[in-house]
Amino acid sequence: MDNENGTETVGRGDKGSSGEDSFRNLSGFKIKALYGPEDISHLNPETDLGLPGEYPFTRGIHKTMYRQRPWTIRQLGSLDSPSRANERIRHLLKMGATGISLCLDMPTIMGKDSDDPLAEGEVGSCGGVAIDSIEDMRHLLEGIPIDEVSINFVSNSQSAVLLAMFVAVAAERNIPLEKLTGTMQNDILKEYQAQKSYYFPPRPSMRLTVNTLSFCNKFLPRFNPISISGYHLASAGATPVQELAFTLANGFTYVEEGIRSGLSVDSFAPRLSFFFKAHNDFFENIAKFRAARRIWAKTMRERFEAKDRRSCILRMHAQTSGSSLTAHQAENNIIRVTTQALSAVLGGTQSLHTNAFDEAVSIPTTGSEKLALRTQQIISKESGVINTIDPLAGSYYVEALTNQMETECYKYFKEIENLGGVISAIEKGYYARIIADSAFNYQEEIEKRKRTVVGLNEFFEEEEIDIELRAADPGFEDEKISGLTDLKKNRDQALVKTCLNDIREVSQGSDNIMPALIKAVKSYVTLGEIIGEMKEVFGEYREDYIY
Amino acid sequence: MKKKLSTDEMVKRLLAGDRRSAARLITLVENEMDDHHRVMSLVYPHTGKAMILGITGAGGAGKSTLTDHLIGKFRNQGKKVGVVVVDPSSPFSGGAFLGDRIRLQSHSRDDGVYIRSMASRGYLGGLSRATYDVIRIMEAMGNEVVIVETLGAGQDEVDVIHIAHTCLVLVTPGMGDDIQAMKAGIMEIADIIVLNKADLDGADRSLRHLQGALTAGSFEEGEWMPRVVSTVSVANKPEDLQGIDELTETIAEHQAYLRKSEVMDQVKYDRVEQELGLIFKDELQKIIFRGLRGTGKKREYIESIIEQQNDPYSVVKEVLNNYLIPGE
Amino acid sequence: MSRGRKKRILIAKPGLDGHDRGVKVVARALRNAGMEVIYAGLHQTPLQIVNAAIDEDVDAIGLSILSGAHNTIFPKIISFLKDRGASDILVFGGGTIPKKDLKNLKSLGIGEIFTTGTDTHEIIDYLDRTLKR
Repeated sequence: MDNENGTETVGRGDKGSSGEDSFRNLSGFKIKALYGPEDISHLNPETDLGLPGEYPFTRGIHKTMYRQRPWTIRQLGSLDSPSRANERIRHLLKMGATGISLCLDMPTIMGKDSDDPLAEGEVGSCGGVAIDSIEDMRHLLEGIPIDEVSINFVSNSQSAVLLAMFVAVAAERNIPLEKLTGTMQNDILKEYQAQKSYYFPPRPSMRLTVNTLSFCNKFLPRFNPISISGYHLASAGATPVQELAFTLANGFTYVEEGIRSGLSVDSFAPRLSFFFKAHNDFFENIAKFRAARRIWAKTMRERFEAKDRRSCILRMHAQTSGSSLTAHQAENNIIRVTTQALSAVLGGTQSLHTNAFDEAVSIPTTGSEKLALRTQQIISKESGVINTIDPLAGSYYVEALTNQMETECYKYFKEIENLGGVISAIEKGYYARIIADSAFNYQEEIEKRKRTVVGLNEFFEEEEIDIELRAADPGFEDEKISGLTDLKKNRDQALVKTCLNDIREVSQGSDNIMPALIKAVKSYVTLGEIIGEMKEVFGEYREDYIY
Repeated sequence: MKKKLSTDEMVKRLLAGDRRSAARLITLVENEMDDHHRVMSLVYPHTGKAMILGITGAGGAGKSTLTDHLIGKFRNQGKKVGVVVVDPSSPFSGGAFLGDRIRLQSHSRDDGVYIRSMASRGYLGGLSRATYDVIRIMEAMGNEVVIVETLGAGQDEVDVIHIAHTCLVLVTPGMGDDIQAMKAGIMEIADIIVLNKADLDGADRSLRHLQGALTAGSFEEGEWMPRVVSTVSVANKPEDLQGIDELTETIAEHQAYLRKSEVMDQVKYDRVEQELGLIFKDELQKIIFRGLRGTGKKREYIESIIEQQNDPYSVVKEVLNNYLIPGE
Repeated sequence: MSRGRKKRILIAKPGLDGHDRGVKVVARALRNAGMEVIYAGLHQTPLQIVNAAIDEDVDAIGLSILSGAHNTIFPKIISFLKDRGASDILVFGGGTIPKKDLKNLKSLGIGEIFTTGTDTHEIIDYLDRTLKR
C-alpha cells in the first residue's frame, strides 16, 4: 500500500477551535497577526533570494519558470498486473499526463515474489503492480517510449533490481542507455525513518543505493537515480519543518556517500531530485519549498564545494496530501487538493501529483482521476498564477516564514549531527521517536479540537461511510503465481544458480552490484530470489523500539 | 473458557508444561488475586532446580539482544528457557509499553522458550515479590533456565536481580563516568560485567576502567571475583557478533563455582531468607491495614504524624501492640 | 498509579505493509489510558501473534491492516486462537476495511473494526466496555 493514499485516524465533533493557540501552522510555529518590514529586516534580497534561476534559487530553479517550462503533471499509473498497468499508463499519457508514477504491490515492495507464502492475499494489493521478473517489466513498458516519457518508479529497497530489469528491457529494445529517462525513488533512508519497507540494515542498503548512483552516473546520464522523499516522512507524522529538515539531511547523506565512493560531487548531484508533500497550511508549504531550495543550494556550494550550478539546484516533485483527505464529506477533498496544489505551484515545484478526491474511501473513478488532473490544468491555464515568476517573493509573511523554516531546520541538522549522522540517528531510534511524537500530537490536536478538519471534527454530518479497497482482480494472485511457476520451471536452472552465486560474491565484496544484477534478471532470476540471496549476506533489519 | 479451569487444574497443566496455563497463572499471581497463595504453595515443591540468570543495565545497553543470543545458546544445550522481562510503567497513566518481545523474536517459533513481559507497576507486595512468583511459575513449568531482565533504573529493579544465581550487569563504552558512579552498586550485584557494544569507540578505555576497578576490590581466597566480558550483541550478521560464546562459558564457570563450593547453599539460603522477608513484610502490612480498615484510625495516625504530635516509630509500635501482640 | 488488574493488549501489524503511524498512535493512546501494551511490531505472521498473545495472557489483540490482507490474516488469527483454546482473547482491528468484509469478519469472531476517522477514545471506551470482567 502506498501511503500517499492513506488517511489518518482523526476524531469527530462539532465544536470549533479557538484561541491564540489556533494560529499555529502545522510545524507548530506561532503565526503573528501581522507581518511587516521588521520581520524581514535581516533578509538580503541579493544573497538570500537571488533571481529565479540563480543561486540560491529561493525564487525558483528556472529563469522563466512556468512561462516556458510548465511543471510535469504526473499521475499514478499502476494496477495489479503489469499489462493492466501498461494500459493505464498509455491511457494517462493520452489524457495529457506528462509523467507517470508507478507504485508497486506490497510483496514487490518487500522484495518477495508473488508465490512467497507471506505474500498471500497481498499480490497486486493497493493498486500496486506486481513485479517478479524481467518478464513483468517487459509487459509493463511495452510500447511506451521510455526514452521520452519519464517513469517514476516508486521503488526503494528493491531499486537496484528494478533498475537492472529496466536497463535489461531497454537493451532488448535497442534503446541506448544514455537516452533513458525516468526516476527511481531509491530513497532508502526514509524507509527506516518512516515507511518501514526495508530488508537489510541501513549500511548495506546505503551501499546498494551508492551502487545504483555510480551506475547511473556512468551509463544513464538522463536518469534520476534517487528521489529524496519527504512525503513519506510527513505521512508518517513528521511536521512540515521536520519533513524538510530530515529530507535535506538525507539528501546530504547521499551526497557524502557518493563522494566517499569516489564520485565527484558535480558528476552526480545534478541528478538528485526531491519529493515533498503539499500539506494543508498554504503559506507554510510555500515557505517549505522555498527554504528547501535555499538550504540545498547553500550547503552544496559551501559544504560540498559544488562548482556546477546544477548541483546546487533542488528539483522537486510534489504531491498533495493523501493523509489530509477525509472519508467524510469526500467532496471537500476537491478543495483541499486544489489549495494544496496551488501552494505547490506557488512554491515552485517542477512536477505535481494531485490526489483523487475519493481515494480515501474508494477506488478513484475515471471521473475523479480526470478531475484531479484537470485541477492542475485549471491552475496552470486559467488561474493566471503562472503569468509572473515567484509572485510571492518579498511578502513579509512568506519571507519571514521561509527564514524561520531555514533556522529551525538547522536545529534539527545539529541534533542529527550530534547523534553521529543520519544512519546512527536511525539506529538510535531518533526518527521513530520524533515522528511518533508528532503523529500523536497531531491526533490529539484533532481529538481535542485544537485543529479543525472540516466535515470531521467541525461541521460534521452523519453519513454512512463505506470503504472500497483497491483490490487486485479476483483470481489475479493465482494467475500471477501460476505464471511465475511456469517461468521458474522453464529457465536455465544452472545459470540461475551461477547468477545467484555471483550476487552473493559481489555482495560480500565491494564491487558494484549492478552488472551481476543485470545478468541475473536477464537469466530470469526473480526479485525474491535475488533479495533472499542478499539477505544471507547482509542480514535483515528489524525496528525494535516503540515510543 | 477462561473461567472454567480450576486453579488446581491449571497448576496441573502448568506442571505438564502448558503455556496457556502458565500464562494464566502468572496473571493470577501478578494481580495478587484470591488464589495467589494457593497457587504458590502448589507450585513451590516443583521449583528450586532452575538456573536463574539476572540481566540488568541501563536502557539501550542491549540487554534484550544479548538475552536473545543467550537463549539461543541455552537452547543449543537442549535446555528449556523462560524469560521475564520487566519494563517500567508510566508514572502518569500506570500504563506501559512492553516492547522487548520485538528483540526476542528469533525464538518466537520455538516451543522451548517462554517469554513474559511484566510492567513494573506499583505492586503492593513490591515488584521483587511479584517477579519472584513469576520466576517460580516458570520453574514449575519445566524451564531449566529462567532469565530475568530488568532496567537497572531503580532500587526496586535492582532488588529483583537479587534472586538470580548469576547476575549480569551490562554497561556500554562511553558510560565511563556512569561506571564510576555505579561502581559500588555493580560490585555488589554483578557476577559478570558485560561490556556490550564493544565495537564502539572508547571500548578499550572502558574495559581498562572496569578491570582496574575490579582488581582494586578485595576478594577472599576462593571467592568469585567478578569477570568482565566484552560483547557485541547487536550485529546484522552472526559473524559480527562477539563474545557471546565467552559469555556463555563464563556463566557456566560461575555456575560451576556455585555448585562446587558451598556458596550455592549460602546463595539458596539468602534467597529464601529474602523471599521470606518480602512475603512477611507484605503480608504483615496487609493484615495491619486490613485491621485498621473502617476504623478511621489510619487517617488519624497519619494526620497526627503530619501535625508532629506523633512520630512514625511510635505509631508503628502502638499499632503492633494493638493488633499483633494483643496479649502484651 | 493504581494497582490491580491492568488490561493487557497485544498490538501488532501483520502482513507486509509497514505504515505504522496509526498503530503507534493507538498503542500510545492505550498506554496513556493505563493499559499495558505489548507491542509486537511489524511484519508479524498470524502464528507469531497468537503465540505471543497466549504467552503474555493478553485480554485483547489489536491488529492494524491497511493493505487489504484482512480477509487472509484475521481468519487465520481466529483459527489459531481456537486451536489453542484461547478464543476468549478478544480480537479487534483497525485500518482500511470495506463494510462488505466487516460483516464477515465479525461473524468469524472479530470484536470490532475501527476504520478511518475513529477517535482513539472510541477504542479505549470499547475496550473498557468489552473487557470488563
